[in-house]
Amino acid sequence: MPKRLCTTVAAALLLVAGLAACGDDSDSAAQPKTLTYWASNQGSSLDADKQILQPELDKFERQTGIKVTVEVVPWSDLLNRLLAAATSGQGPDVVNIGNTWSASLQATGAFIPFDDATLATVGGKDRFVPAALASAGAAGQPPTAVPIYSLAYALYYNKQMFTAAGITSPPTTWEDLVAAGKKLTNGGKWGLAIEGANISENAHHAFTFSQQYGGEWFDPAGKPTFDTPQNVSAIKRYIDLMAVDKIANPSNAEYAQNQSVSDFANGKVGMLLWQAAGASLKAQSMAADAYGVAPVPFLQSPPAGGKRVNSMVAGINMAVFKHTKNRDAALQFVKFITSDEEQVILNKTYGSLPSVKTVSGDAAFQAPEQQALQQVLGSTAAPLPQVAQESQFETLVGTAMKELFADAASGKPITEAMVKQKLSDAQQQVRG
Amino acid sequence: MATTTAASPQLGSQGPPGSSPVRSRRVRGARRSRLPYILLLPALVLELGVHVIPMVVGVWMSLLELTQFHIRDWSTAPFVGLENYRSTLDVDTVTGRELLHSFWVTVAYTTASVGLSWLLGASAAVFLQRPFRGRAFLRTLFLTPYALPVYAAVITWSFMYQRDTGLINHVLVDQLGVVDHRPFWLIGGNSFVAVLVVSVWRSWPFAFLCLMAGLQNVPEDLYEAAYLDGAGFWRRLQYVTLPGLRPVNQVLLLVLFLWTFNDFNTPYLLFGGSAPHQADLISIHIYESSFITWDFGVGSAMSVALLLFLLVVTAGYLVLFRRRRIDA
Amino acid sequence: MHETTGERWGRRVVLTLLTVFTVTPLYVMLSSAAKPLRDVQNDFTWLPSRPTLQAFVDMWRTVPLGRYLVNSLVVSSIAAVFSVTVAIFAAFALSRYRFRGRGVFSVTVLATQMFPGILFLLPLFLIYVNLGNATGIELYASRTGLIITYLTFSLPFSIWMLTGYFDSIPRGLDEAAAVDGAGPLRTLAQVILPSAVPGIVAVTVYAFMTAWGEVLFASVMTDGQSRTLAVGLQGYSTQYLVYWNQVMAASLVVSVPVVAGFLFLQRYFVAGLTAGAVK
Repeated sequence: MPKRLCTTVAAALLLVAGLAACGDDSDSAAQPKTLTYWASNQGSSLDADKQILQPELDKFERQTGIKVTVEVVPWSDLLNRLLAAATSGQGPDVVNIGNTWSASLQATGAFIPFDDATLATVGGKDRFVPAALASAGAAGQPPTAVPIYSLAYALYYNKQMFTAAGITSPPTTWEDLVAAGKKLTNGGKWGLAIEGANISENAHHAFTFSQQYGGEWFDPAGKPTFDTPQNVSAIKRYIDLMAVDKIANPSNAEYAQNQSVSDFANGKVGMLLWQAAGASLKAQSMAADAYGVAPVPFLQSPPAGGKRVNSMVAGINMAVFKHTKNRDAALQFVKFITSDEEQVILNKTYGSLPSVKTVSGDAAFQAPEQQALQQVLGSTAAPLPQVAQESQFETLVGTAMKELFADAASGKPITEAMVKQKLSDAQQQVRG
Repeated sequence: MATTTAASPQLGSQGPPGSSPVRSRRVRGARRSRLPYILLLPALVLELGVHVIPMVVGVWMSLLELTQFHIRDWSTAPFVGLENYRSTLDVDTVTGRELLHSFWVTVAYTTASVGLSWLLGASAAVFLQRPFRGRAFLRTLFLTPYALPVYAAVITWSFMYQRDTGLINHVLVDQLGVVDHRPFWLIGGNSFVAVLVVSVWRSWPFAFLCLMAGLQNVPEDLYEAAYLDGAGFWRRLQYVTLPGLRPVNQVLLLVLFLWTFNDFNTPYLLFGGSAPHQADLISIHIYESSFITWDFGVGSAMSVALLLFLLVVTAGYLVLFRRRRIDA
Repeated sequence: MHETTGERWGRRVVLTLLTVFTVTPLYVMLSSAAKPLRDVQNDFTWLPSRPTLQAFVDMWRTVPLGRYLVNSLVVSSIAAVFSVTVAIFAAFALSRYRFRGRGVFSVTVLATQMFPGILFLLPLFLIYVNLGNATGIELYASRTGLIITYLTFSLPFSIWMLTGYFDSIPRGLDEAAAVDGAGPLRTLAQVILPSAVPGIVAVTVYAFMTAWGEVLFASVMTDGQSRTLAVGLQGYSTQYLVYWNQVMAASLVVSVPVVAGFLFLQRYFVAGLTAGAVK
């Protein structure tokens, strides 16, 4: 009896041991002088990002003796893995985060707050572009991250199509944009591309229009205020571009995979509202001189309370986990990435703008697209609501707009009552 | 990690029924009655560790207010009892109504998908019974969707469904001229049919496989006898094939129902993360209304509610089938 | 048995329709893989106007496809082998023995099929991390963790099928072996397993495919080194572009060995699931 029992138990133990041996063991806990860094995908591929970052990391190692291991995480995974790391208390030391996640991530308490003292170790608060820093956490609290790449929306327009339609200069008001769009919409071509099924794109435009109409998505206490008259007008104005003005292809109502950019690159549409589309357009063989870049339009006669905002502050921030074992090394790395030299190198390569004021005059950022974006960032961009429910706002309002676009595309008339109903329903689903 | 409960050896209840416990076997019987527990041990440990315990923790999560504020240290999450359930299942609120709507959509979707997959699988299995040249090739071809990575398969369908550039509209509108205006497939009313077709495309090979195997077990002579009795194709199907397939069907239909009901990948990849209202399947609805906004307590509550529903369905299904078996 | 004309044409029509249904997306994948990226997003054409095999070359660099392929193969194979082994032991116990807790175990096994994956994703992840901290065996972000997870995922269905399968192997064989002096494990190895080869192959394939195609857990539990194909293919969707043609090319290429496996194992598989279903 013991023999047979032993054989079975031994087999079971071997099974478990075999499982343990089969997998590869990842690196043991951080040694001093090493850092783990999760970079987001900013370039044309994960591999390309690695190629771009590695020389800078080597440079950092030469300067400080700290070795940084980088993993480039695709956007589809990044938030999930950040969540897992925050939950478990285990993970990288330094991460890139999308700046719209800042308030939510701040609420987890898993990241080192960049109070004035900590900011001083990375060069001081005043170095950063104020709008960019304001998008790194809730107002009244120290930012949870520092901005490293900055982006804003701009109006891209096809020069050749403009000339052919007799439009001499890019529109500066929405009314002008509609007029231009109508001239461009014929012969299978359209005036404006809209990424109607993309929840976050919808939410970003919702923000901008709402600001111009004097609306807010959350009141100072943090309660949602989705269905105010200003917001209703704002959303309706955007949806009407397809529903009433008909300058956008109804098919755009199902665009969620950046087809808008492709349509613009292929000359099917004359105008595009997008964040720093230059690199993507170049990858799709559209030469930089084939298009012009202008600031996003404003309303011709803004209502009372309307703000002069034509873009949300987009960008990437860098955060440090509290669970890091090498806090000083991590902060040194942050200082390195936000240094003048690295800001120029990295932002030039990625086509974004530096988040520090000190290098905005650099020659690398004087191309027309960069100038237009810089102007927006510097003067007319505002951060999305920095509240913990920001992601609910994006999901609920973005989805409501997606449904409105779907209705518009199938020919249903869009009334103010419809818009208000959708926004009310969205507001009622906000929790917390 | 839980260990199995080692019951004390039970003499007289060991061994296959009908075997008489002989004196010389009693000693071995005492040994043997511990053996099943040992044999079961690895499976039990794995199931407990990977399925059951996380599930229990998940249920516990549904009783907490677990949001981004507390995710780092669950001990700080306030215990709210059934509040998460109350707030999400309350059909007077928009949230509750949306959840209920998505539930009905999923019931319709699952029923149709399982039904169609079964129908296609059975047709293919029946018609591929008779050997002919190219049968092996056709069998493998029909199994190919099962082999393809889900990401690529569903993305391909989303291409085909594109209004302006997709194959489906190209054929329907440009080439066949069946419809005048180009329909939308990924938004609007057609989206339900769209996701249903993709689901059937991906599941019917598995049904085909199981049914094909099940058919092998139906003795050829039964068909012969029926044929000689003058039974035509449909009669043979009704009296020989389908009864012979009952054991396979019992397993297959239940399993397909459960898997399809819980299917997340297909709608998520087809609709790019947010499903249109008409195709708001419950797995993606739960994901969007909770997990994506860091509200894990509510998400878990919705998932547990879903689980309870499926338990009820399964229990009812098993009772139904068992009764039919006794009758048969 | 004679096939009537009606039956013959019915068969041909049905099989043709099914073939068209199955093949159309496959054809779209193939032709998209052979188009330059611009054409994939343009209006659909049946034949690529500018056919090119560039995607098949580029796909290895854009994401580390080779590494993902190896990870998937390793994880799926090992998970399948261990899953079947554990299932065989469990099915043998369930089939050949009456013991307390038998019913509870069967019901639990069935109930696991109803769990929505997303419900136990976070808890499982936490368990792995804590286990890893406690024992030093790294389960998070490693192939080991995936193997353990996947082998458990395929256990319920495998146990279910194999139990039914073993049930249909007559007990007389067991008793004959017992008379010859064989203990239970020898009976298992020498009597039951040889008769059950088809069922075992069937269940192995199912376990392999379950691991091969799993997306949700792989996305959270892997890092760049341990990522599998199912999730890795999403890496073709980058900041600037989605390389659709490469996604298609990669999917086709990695599916070829699996389909070849199907073709080869077909005869075992078909005969396999047979008796397993008869209870």
